[in-house]
Amino acid sequence: MKMVKRALATGAAFLIGSTPAMAAWSDLDLRVGVTEISREIHGLHTLILWICVVIAVAVFGVMIYSIATFRKSKGAVPATFDHNTTAEIVWTVIPVLILVGMAIPAARTLVRIDDSSGSELTIKATGYQWKWQYEYVGQGVSFYSSLAQESNFARQLDSGVDPATVQNYLLDVDRPLVVPQGVKVRVLVTSADVIHSWWVPDFAIKKDAIPGYVNELWFKAEKTGTYRGQCVELCGRDHGFMPIVVEVKPRADFDAWLEAQKAAAQAAAAPSTKVAMNSDEPAALRVAVAE
Amino acid sequence: MSTTHTHAHGAAHEHHDDHGPAKGIGRWLFSTNHKDIGTMYLVFSLVMFLVGGAMAMVIRAELFMPGMQLVDPGFFNTMTTVHALIMVFGAVMPATVGLANWMIPMQIGAPDMALPRMNNFSFWLLVAAFSLLILSMFMPGGGPASGWTLYPPLVLQTGDALPLAIFAIHLAGASSIMGSINIIVTIMNLRAPGMTLLKMPLFVWTWLITAYLLIAVMPVFAGAVTMLLTDHFFHTTFFAASGGGDPVLYQHVFWFFGHPEVYIMILPAFGIVSEIIPTFSRKALFGYDAMVYATASIAFLSFIVWAHHMFTVGMPLSGEMFFMLSTMLIAVPTGVKVFNWTATMWKGSLSFEPPMLFSLAFLFLFTIGGFSGLMMAIAPVDFQYHDTYFIVAHFHYVLVPGAVFAIMAGVYYWLPKWTGHMYSMRLAKTHFWASAIFVNVLFFPQHFLGLAGMPRRIPDYSTQFADWNMVSSIGGFGFGLSQLLFVVLIWQCVRGGARASQVVWDDARTHGLEWTVPSPAPYHTFEEAPVIK
Repeated sequence: MKMVKRALATGAAFLIGSTPAMAAWSDLDLRVGVTEISREIHGLHTLILWICVVIAVAVFGVMIYSIATFRKSKGAVPATFDHNTTAEIVWTVIPVLILVGMAIPAARTLVRIDDSSGSELTIKATGYQWKWQYEYVGQGVSFYSSLAQESNFARQLDSGVDPATVQNYLLDVDRPLVVPQGVKVRVLVTSADVIHSWWVPDFAIKKDAIPGYVNELWFKAEKTGTYRGQCVELCGRDHGFMPIVVEVKPRADFDAWLEAQKAAAQAAAAPSTKVAMNSDEPAALRVAVAE
Repeated sequence: MSTTHTHAHGAAHEHHDDHGPAKGIGRWLFSTNHKDIGTMYLVFSLVMFLVGGAMAMVIRAELFMPGMQLVDPGFFNTMTTVHALIMVFGAVMPATVGLANWMIPMQIGAPDMALPRMNNFSFWLLVAAFSLLILSMFMPGGGPASGWTLYPPLVLQTGDALPLAIFAIHLAGASSIMGSINIIVTIMNLRAPGMTLLKMPLFVWTWLITAYLLIAVMPVFAGAVTMLLTDHFFHTTFFAASGGGDPVLYQHVFWFFGHPEVYIMILPAFGIVSEIIPTFSRKALFGYDAMVYATASIAFLSFIVWAHHMFTVGMPLSGEMFFMLSTMLIAVPTGVKVFNWTATMWKGSLSFEPPMLFSLAFLFLFTIGGFSGLMMAIAPVDFQYHDTYFIVAHFHYVLVPGAVFAIMAGVYYWLPKWTGHMYSMRLAKTHFWASAIFVNVLFFPQHFLGLAGMPRRIPDYSTQFADWNMVSSIGGFGFGLSQLLFVVLIWQCVRGGARASQVVWDDARTHGLEWTVPSPAPYHTFEEAPVIK
């Protein structure tokens, strides 16, 4: 009953256009993002979308014209032609040319995305059912990042909590990944159990986290802020509940943050728990000790 | 063209050839008649369409608004998984096999399928397969919940459902392979004199090519799932990195099957539409030869594009480049098809009976699915689309208003030939408009959701995705309910209705041998082969 009420309320709000989620109506297109690559990808997306729109207008235009004009009810007499070699060559060759026109900028972007050289910071992201672990390689800083408590409570079956009242529902974590602004960050993506996938839409980068593989991606965020994404490879029951949150801080703030983390890690690395901080240990052991 | 010969004229035939259908349940259990088996396939696929559709309703109900209201996330995953397996292997494929069974012998002037007993076996195997699959949902540990792609290592976490689901796939695959062999043998050997390959109706052509695709890839899929089985039960490590195996290998093998599988579902749909548009345009199909070659090209290309489903697994640059370019190439033959259908209508004399309405909706909406497919072919942009609702929108556009609408168009086209009755045009048009409108309300907003960043296969979502999900769910419920009209219409048409004439559709006579036999088509047709000039 509560659910029905809520559905009605949402439905009513939806009709009169006053829900807080109303901003979503403007989210019809891919976001531009905050990296050079994301802008380039957005540009490619826009280019191809418009090519498709132009072709669609032409092709659908001919279809609609035919449907409107050549009607039996209007006494149309069918023509008898059943092929036209010239037309057939034209509509085979023109698409090829259009495709070549699309392929060239696409290939160029692909090559740029592939080049992860010159990164200044390497972070290893490991997927677990159902959380992420981030390790600042060579810095001795490592932590888990799980769905924030508030979201986790609200998302339980019939929790009675209206998701609209939860800040960043399902897109918030207890400990976000922190990276510096304007620095090429390389992320090594892997998994400790099943396949996950690491994606932050604003960085326009997505890579699968696969056990036994170390995949590589990179980004260079130009603006500070908090960027949110989710695991995008079905990874079991709580696949929908392992978000990715990245905080981009100015370089100096980031350095200060990292120093604080290092200090905290060293303080925590008392002999009894040392094994827990040794990232070379098998994942299962680390989890067992850490918990 | 000759008409059928009754027993009285066909004295040369052995006596037992002429008996009518057997009485009672035996008619169906032991049938070797292509029409009966075709009917069983079609009824089976309709039942599966409703079962898979009910699962889609569960999915859309849970996604109606943010928060978990109805089901456990694990059960949600079972719904997405089994919905897909049922729709792909239980609804779309058997429907096209049912149409093939009914129509291929009648379109090539053959008395029946070449291997009638195997025909019976392939149908009943399918029933066994889906009984197992549905049973698997009630096993300890829950039903299959790793997505229809069954990616390891996740799929190996399945409980007792795993062996049942895999055995179901084996049986369904064996059924498909036998069905394909039957279709190939029938087309190659039982064509009426004068029916050369390039005179065959397009539906026969597309099925011939589809059958080869099936034979090529079904064993590959069977191999992949068998390795899953041994990984799970016999401690092999084909796909386990910890034992030297490779989880990505499974994806390569799966999509080597999976991409041709997409065309296995859509090529017969192309064939159906290529039959219907000329009939209701009162004009020959434009560029018949080009249509055949385009179909063959699509089939060939389908074997070299599989890894575009895997752009994010971390392939080398050269791999991404190759699969991007080969995938883009598919746009060329597909474009040729769309242009040829359009040119068939150009300067025709169009009328808009239900089969034509569904074919036209196919033409528009499949093309939209084609456009999003082209967008996804562009690897760098696919990094943004991959595994989001944009993909869900894309493949539902090509499969629902694509393959499913074409199948419905085929049913509306041939139903009077099968039953001898015309159906209610009003009900059919209501079904059409309801389906055509709701399918867009259902799937078009999913493009927006995907672009806004909503991953697929999630049971709950952030509130920014709330509005379009609600719209999509409303479309989903509307579409689901509309299909009940289809069931009512078929039921009514089987039970009675105005008598259908032999050609059924004004001017259909020039469009295939099936219109040269009476309506309803006699139990045995073309016992004596017609001669094609």
